[in-house]
This record gives sequence, structure tokens and C-alpha cells, in this order.
Amino acid sequence: MEGAHRPGGAAKGLAWLVALYLVLPIGIILPVSLTDQRFLSLPQEGLSLRHYATVLTSTEWLGSIAQSFWIAVGSTILAVVAGTLCAIGCWRISRRATDLVRALMLLPIIIPSIVYAIGLYRYFAGLGLLDRFLGVVIAHGVTGIPYVIITVSTALAAFDPRLEQAARGMGASLWQTLRWVILPRIAPGIASGAIFAFIHSWDELVIVLFIASRDVFTLPRRIWDGINENLDPAMAAVAVLLIVFTVLLLLLDMALRRRRDAP
Amino acid sequence: MAAAAQRQTGWWLLILPAFLLMTAFYVAPILQVLAISFTEPQPGLQNYERLFTSESVQRVIGTTLRICLITTALALLLGYALAYRIALAEERVRRWWILAVLVPLWISVLVRAFAWVTLLRRQGLVNQALLETGVIAEPLQLVWNEFGIVVGMVHYMVPYAVLPMLASMREIDPRLLAAARGLGASRFTVFARVFLPLSAPGLIAAGVLVFIFSLGFYITPAILGGGKTLMVAEWIGLQILDLIRWGLGTMMATVLVVAILTTLAIFSRAVDLRRLFGSGA
Repeated sequence: MEGAHRPGGAAKGLAWLVALYLVLPIGIILPVSLTDQRFLSLPQEGLSLRHYATVLTSTEWLGSIAQSFWIAVGSTILAVVAGTLCAIGCWRISRRATDLVRALMLLPIIIPSIVYAIGLYRYFAGLGLLDRFLGVVIAHGVTGIPYVIITVSTALAAFDPRLEQAARGMGASLWQTLRWVILPRIAPGIASGAIFAFIHSWDELVIVLFIASRDVFTLPRRIWDGINENLDPAMAAVAVLLIVFTVLLLLLDMALRRRRDAP
Repeated sequence: MAAAAQRQTGWWLLILPAFLLMTAFYVAPILQVLAISFTEPQPGLQNYERLFTSESVQRVIGTTLRICLITTALALLLGYALAYRIALAEERVRRWWILAVLVPLWISVLVRAFAWVTLLRRQGLVNQALLETGVIAEPLQLVWNEFGIVVGMVHYMVPYAVLPMLASMREIDPRLLAAARGLGASRFTVFARVFLPLSAPGLIAAGVLVFIFSLGFYITPAILGGGKTLMVAEWIGLQILDLIRWGLGTMMATVLVVAILTTLAIFSRAVDLRRLFGSGA
């Protein structure tokens, strides 16, 4: 637009500085992970992939990666199924009571994980779920529900409720309406929710610190121990792999959104 | 009428699985935390008395409030500059700027804390660079203190500050700004008299959000504080795991939850959590 108000030089400069502050520290890990030295540093004489080799041949790291992956898959399924159905129910009923339900579902984002983690530590001890795969899946699944509710509710806001009424009016059962009318329309929103629920579980540390110890030792838990005990360049290699993985998931989400927004 | 009621029941059944899961595995453990704070080691309010009598409890709360206020102020300032730039950018470049906010938002908090340790520790890259260029003679103490915590926390919080501010800035009609310019206002006047007041709701929402997220923050302060500067979340963890003082730990957890819910209730009209994750990309 001609004559539109654009930020001045000072504002632009400051914005660039902030963007660099956000991105550079994350970017610096890449050269560090390629160092040829045995300690955490920039490459001195050449680039080397030895630290990646260390990680990718270590049964401990690979075991933790696999464990984190399956926990994330399990908890994502739990969060997506429960969250999607709940978001649809709240959207369709849309009363004061469902506003309360929705507020309840957002609690895991608002209440700090440390409070939940110590509560669960005690609660799971009684149920025999401490240090168990199922326990972590439940904990991550429940705390992943808000992400699904948010994305699915956003998708539903753009959905014409008359389509649903028409389907029901023509005699479709609730199940048929869900399966053939509502779900196909909000599929991209569900996919976004699944991606965020997956990342949430994949990165989660605080809860795991309290409810898992030996048998369940997720990737974040191993990184946490690494940072606290020995800062070696293998950690940087793991960090780069994690960043690449997260960025790929985000790109997937952006691609899905673009398809949804396309006319 | 009966058929309509039956239909409603069907929709309510959809809510049921999430509701049961949330009640049994989220609300129940948290209510238990609240209950323990009144019952252990003996029933009564003695855990809460410590708020007024124990110097270490007061010190932790003071440290937490100080760091959270500094973090919120810095995150708002930096986030505002970034959101302002993004809101006024052309469509083509805006996508890239938003990416610069969203990618850090979703990258593991551990990875980011690790990056800051790599940069800031005694033999870290910043100290090395400064030593080699002769700016300093002795390595600076940049991490394992409050400075390190604030650097890492602001880095974590800026994206959370940008998103609500950006959402409210994008609702500002650009023609207003062009009109103000056309009527002879300087760039600064347009900003101070038109843009800033119109973006205030987003600024408040962002401030509340960053503040409540900072209050219960665990990982970044634990790593960058190096165990010397304790914030509330790490202190709670210490009470439970190392000192096995459930009463004190759960008391502080309760105080934390009450503080967060009170802050939210006061500002509830300004904050829409769904907007935070619904907008963006």
C-alpha cells in the first residue's frame, strides 16, 4: 500500500537485534556440534562428525530416543482422541457449562508443571504407576489435551454449523455426522493439535523428573543429566538433531495450515 | 423435545472421556497437593506460618518476584519492538519474521538452556571471544547467577510476549496511522499517540502471560542458576525430592497456584489464552 506507515530506522534496528538474540544462540550449537575437539568449543582445525557418530552408536542415547518417541506417540493419541471429541462437544453444545469445561481443559497450560509433577509423584505411587511407560503416557497425554482443544476449537470456529444440522436433519446419526461431515472438515486442525501434543511430550522434562527414574529414561531426562554432569560436544550433536526434528514438524504444520487456508 | 434432549446427551458423551481423564489424572493430583499442605506433618496452618517466620521462604519468594518482574519488563520491551516490526511489515517478509518467533518458541527449553551455557560459561564462547580480542583480562561471571537466569528466561519468554501483542497490533487499522502521518504528525507522535494506546490491550495480555509463566519456571532457572540462585519451582522440587518436606513443598506449590490464578482473575478480561496458540503462523 502506497503511503503506508512503516517503522523507522531505530525500530527496525531494535527488531533485528531481538531477532538475532532469539535465533543466534540456537544457531551457534551447529558449529559447536561439528567441532573436532574433545570439549565444548568451536571447530579449531576442521569439521568433524565424530560427536554425531558417538550419539548415533550409543545404545543409551538410542534407547532414550526410542522411548521418548513411543511415549510421545502414545500420549499424542490419547490427547488427540480425548481433546478432539471434547472440543466438538463443547462447540456443539456451547453453553456456560461448556465454557467451564474448556477452562478446565486449559489448566495444564496455566498451572506450572512443577505443581502437577509433585502431585503426580505422590498420586502415582499409590497407583503403582511410578517409573512406568503407561504412567508417563497418561501424564503427557492429559497435559497435551489443551493444545488439541485450542487448535481444534480454532478449526471449528470456521466451520458452518448448518452443515451439521443439515446432516442430522437428513437422518444421519451422531456417529455418521462426526465421521463424514465434521471430522473431514477439521482434519488440518486435528493434525496441528497432534503435532503440538507430540512436541509437548517429546520435550517434557519436569514431570518425568518426578515420576520416572530408571526404567523410563526419556531423551530430555538424558540431556538434563548430561548438562548437569558432563558438558561434552555429544550434547551439542543431540541438540542439533532435536532442533532439526522440531523444525521439520513445524514446517509440516505450516504446510498443513496453508492447505487449510487455501480456497 | 425428548429427541432434542437425547441429541444433547450424545454431544455431552463426547466431552466425557476428556473430562474423566482430566479429573482423575490432573485435577485429583493437584487437589491432593493442596490438601497435603494443610495436613502434613500435622493438620493445621503451621506450613503457612512459615511464610511469615522463615527467612529462607521469604528469600525464595523475593528472588522469584524480582527475577520475574525483570524478565517480564525485558521480554515486553524486546517483544514489543519485534511485534511492532512484524505488524507493520509487508506480507512477503512478515512470514519470515513470524518464523523467527515461532521456531524458538517450539524448540526444546533444554536445548536453549544448553545453548546459553555453551555461550556464557567461564570457558564459554562469549568469554573466549572477549579474552582473545583483549576487551577483558579475566573471564566474566555470566552464568550460574541471576544474570544468567534472566538472559535465559527472557530468551524463552520473548515469543510468548510477541504473539498476543502481534494479535492486537494487527487489529489496528493501518489507515489510522497513514491518516495521522498525513495530518503532519511525526513518526514518533504517530507511535506514541496512536499506535501505542491502541496496542495497550495486547501489551497487558502479554505482560500477564509472561509473568505467570515465569513464576513457575523450573528448567531454565535450574540450569542457568547452577543451584545458587533458587526460584520457587526449583525450591519446591528440592523440598520434595531431597529434603522430603512435603508440607513445606506443597505449601509453596499452593501459594504459587493461588498467585497465578489471582493474577489471571484480575486481568481475565485482557487475556485470551486460546488466541495465543490460535494465531501465529
